[in-house]
Amino acid sequence: MRPRTKFSDLARADREPVARIDPADLPPLSSPGPPPAKLAAAWPARMDAAGYPLDGTRVLAFPDPATKAERDALVGAFLSGLEKLFSRENNWTFLQPLLLSMEHCARCQTCSDACHVFESSGREELYRPTFRSEIFRRLYFEHVKGGGLVSAWQHGRVEVTWPLVARLGELAYRCNLCRRCAQACPIGVDNGLIAHEIRKLFSQELGIAPTELHASGSMLQMKVGSSTGMNAAAVRDNASFIDEEMTEKTGVAVETPWDVEGADVLLIHNAGEILSWPENPGAFAVILNAAGISWTMSSDIAGYDSVNYGVWYDDAQLARVARMHAEIAKALKVKKIVVGECGHAHKALLVVADRLLDGDLRIPRESALTLLRDIVAGGRLRLDPSRNDFPVTLHDPCNVVRLMGVVEPQREVLRLVCPRFREMTPHGVDNYCCGGGSGFAVMGGNGFQDWRSQVAGRRKLQQVLDAFSDCLEPAVRKYVCAPCSNCKGQIRDLLAFHDVWRRHGIMYGGLAELVVNAMKDVNPGFIEWEWR
Amino acid sequence: MTVFVYAAIVFGVLAFAVGTAARAVQYARQPMHLRWELYPVPHERADRAAHGGSYFEQSEWWRQPRQRNLRGELAAMLPEMLLLKALREFNRGLWYRSFPFHLGLYLLAAAAVALLALAGATLGLGGAWPGGAFGRGCVTAVTAVGAAGLALAIAGACALLLRRIQDPALRAYSSPGDFFNLGFFIVALSALGLGWATRQDGAPGALAIAAGLLRWDLAVPIPALLGAGIVLSALLLAYIPLTHMSHFVGKYFTYHAVRWDDAPLGEARRLRTALSASLAHRPTWAASHMRGRGDGTWADVVATNPSREDGP
Ligand code: SF4
Ligand code: SF4
Repeated sequence: MRPRTKFSDLARADREPVARIDPADLPPLSSPGPPPAKLAAAWPARMDAAGYPLDGTRVLAFPDPATKAERDALVGAFLSGLEKLFSRENNWTFLQPLLLSMEHCARCQTCSDACHVFESSGREELYRPTFRSEIFRRLYFEHVKGGGLVSAWQHGRVEVTWPLVARLGELAYRCNLCRRCAQACPIGVDNGLIAHEIRKLFSQELGIAPTELHASGSMLQMKVGSSTGMNAAAVRDNASFIDEEMTEKTGVAVETPWDVEGADVLLIHNAGEILSWPENPGAFAVILNAAGISWTMSSDIAGYDSVNYGVWYDDAQLARVARMHAEIAKALKVKKIVVGECGHAHKALLVVADRLLDGDLRIPRESALTLLRDIVAGGRLRLDPSRNDFPVTLHDPCNVVRLMGVVEPQREVLRLVCPRFREMTPHGVDNYCCGGGSGFAVMGGNGFQDWRSQVAGRRKLQQVLDAFSDCLEPAVRKYVCAPCSNCKGQIRDLLAFHDVWRRHGIMYGGLAELVVNAMKDVNPGFIEWEWR
Repeated sequence: MTVFVYAAIVFGVLAFAVGTAARAVQYARQPMHLRWELYPVPHERADRAAHGGSYFEQSEWWRQPRQRNLRGELAAMLPEMLLLKALREFNRGLWYRSFPFHLGLYLLAAAAVALLALAGATLGLGGAWPGGAFGRGCVTAVTAVGAAGLALAIAGACALLLRRIQDPALRAYSSPGDFFNLGFFIVALSALGLGWATRQDGAPGALAIAAGLLRWDLAVPIPALLGAGIVLSALLLAYIPLTHMSHFVGKYFTYHAVRWDDAPLGEARRLRTALSASLAHRPTWAASHMRGRGDGTWADVVATNPSREDGP
C-alpha cells in the first residue's frame, strides 16, 4: 500500500514527485483479453523533474526561482492574488459561490466517492476532491481572514512556501471541473469551483496558465480567429474542401453559407471539428440545408470557433471571447446564435456568460442539440433508422448536461434514429466526465495525455465497456455518440490508448453524423467504420 | 446561580440570532455572480425537472414564458432539510450517524420553543400550569420530545466523533476544532440531560425554569448540574455561528443562490443593474493580459483584445 499523501508533502523542497501512481494500483478494467502492451509501461515511468513535481506529469510551466528573494516574491504574488479572489472589485464574478465553498465544508468526504479522478487513481489522496480545497481553505483562513491561533485551531494550517504554491497550481489541473462532487455534497460546497478559482488566481495574477489554454488557446483565438491557428482564409478553404467531400459522399450538393447578413441562424462550431472531424460540420451542413434552415457561418475573428477556454481558467478571457461571439452575431444581424457540438462552448456562451452580455449584445443563443431535435422530431428530414442498425451509446458532456440541463433533446434524436440505442450507467445529470473536461482534452505534453487516458478517463472507458458488455466482440461495430468536440478528442485518445477499436470494435463520433447516416435522401454509409 | 443561568440563556439565544443573521446578511450582500448552476434544478417545469432538464431544452427558450415550479422546489427542499437526503443518498454510513444528531437538534429546538410557549401560557394563567389531563399531556409531550432530542443528539454526536477519530480519511482532514466541536456538543448536552434526570424531588424542572426566566424570577433554585448544562448549551448556541457548523445558513445560499440560480440576465432589471455596477469596478489583477487600454474598469478590460498591440 502506498503511503497516504499529506498536505505538508506539497511543501517538500526536494524534486521528487509527491505521488507516484503505479498502473498496478489503478482499478482493473472489465475489458476481456490481454491489456495492450504499452498500458503498463507508459505514463508513470515518465517522471518529470522540472520544478517541484506533483505526480509525474505536468501542464504548467513555472519559473524556477534560484534565490530566496525570488521565491518570496512569487509567494507574495500568490498571496496578493489570493486576497484579490476575495474582493468584489476583482472577483465579483464568483465571489459569492467561492465564499460559500470556503466557509462551510464539514469535512465529511461525501464528495470523494463521486469523483472519477480520485476513484480511478486507486484513491490517491492527492486527487481527493477536498485535498486541494482543504489546502486552499487553510490558506484563506490564515491569509485572507486574518489567521491567528484560534483560526489555526479551528481550521488547521499549512505553511505557505513556493513549492507548495507551485504544486497547488499544478494540482488545480488534476480536476475536470465536472462538479459531480458538488452534486453529491450535502452542503453544496463546490470543489470544482475551488479548482477553477485557483486556476484563475494563477492566470490573472501570476500570468501562469497551460500554454494550450492561454498562449495557443484564447490568445491565439483572439489574434487569428481560432485556437487551431486557422485564419479566415484557411477556414473557408477547409470548409469548401469539406463541402466538396460531403457532396461527393452524400450525393447531394452541399454548400456552406458564409457571412450571410440577416440569416436566422449563425452556427458556430468548435473549429477543431473542421480539422479533426470534418464529417461533423459537414453533417450539419447537410441537415440544415435539407431542413431548409436559413443559416450562416461567420469568417470574422473568432466567429468560426466557438471555443472559449477562459471558462476554465480566466474570467477576462471568458468575457472577451463571449463578447466577440455576440458582436459578430450583432454585426451579421442574425436572429440567433446556435452553438455546435461543443460542450464548454455551450456552457460558456449560453450559461456562464449570460450575465455578461447585455443591451444589443444580448443575442438569443441556443444549443445545436435542441435545433437537431426540432428538425428530426419535427419530421423535416426523411429518415430510415435501419441504416443505424448498430449498438449506440451516449456520452453526456458535463457542460451540456449536469451544468446546463440539456439532457433530453439528444436522446430524443437518438431514439428516433438509432434503434439500438442504450444508456450508460449512470447517465444524464449523474454522468461521469470523459476525463477530458476543463481543457484536458487539448492538453497532452509531459505525459499528460497518458495520465488522462489512464486515470481521468478510466471511469468513462469502463462505462463504455459496460454499455456494450453484451456485444464486445470486435466484429460488432459499436458507436459512442459524444456530442462535444473536447469529449470526442478525449474519447478518441482513450480508445486509442487502450486499443479499444481493434479489440472491441468501438468507434466514436458526434450526433449529427448519426442523423445524416439515417437520411434517406443521401447515399448510405455516411459513417465510415475506419479508425483515424 | 439562577441569574447566571438566565443571563446565559439570553446571551446564547441573542448571540445565535445575531451571528446567524450576520452570516446570512454577509452572503446575501455579495455581488451578483456569473451563472454556475447545477442540475437538476427543482423549480424547473415538473416534466423537465424529473430528468434534470432546463429551459434550454426548449427551442427558442427566450420566447417561452418561464414557469417557476415552487412545488418542485419545496419537494426538493423539505427532504433535504428534514431528512438530509443528499447525505443519505451519497454517504449512507455517515447518514446513520449524522441524521440522529440533526434530528435530535431539531427535536431539542422544537421542545425549547414549546417549553417557552407553555411557560408563557403558565404566566397568562396566573402562574400555575393546569394539572388536568390536557395540561399533563402537554408537559409529557414536550418532555418526551426534549428527552428524545437529547438522547439522539448525544448518541449522534458520539457516533460522529468516533467516526472522525477512526476513519483515516476523516481524521486527516479534521482540525482540533472539529473534535472540540463534537466534544462540546456531547459535554453540554450530557450535562443538560444528567442535570435534568438527576434533579431532586421538588427541584424545579424545565417548565418551572422557563417560566422563571420569563418572569426573571431569581428565587427559582436551579440545581447545579442542570444549571451548568443550561449554561454550557447556551454557550454552544452562541458559538455555532462562529464556525462552519452554521452550514445551515451556507446551505440555503449554496442551493438557492448558486446551484438553483438559473435566472437569465435579460429578465431581471435587478441583474442588469448589478452587471453595470460590477463592470464599473477597477480590477487590480497583475498579469499583463488583465489590463485594459482605457479607464481600467472591467468594462474596459473585457472590451480590450490583449493579443493585439494596436488596441481592441
Ligand atoms: S465538500 Fe461537501 S461533501 Fe466534501 S467534505 Fe466538504 S462538506 Fe463534505
Ligand atoms: S469537479 Fe469533478 S474532477 Fe473535480 S474534484 Fe469534483 S468530481 Fe473530481
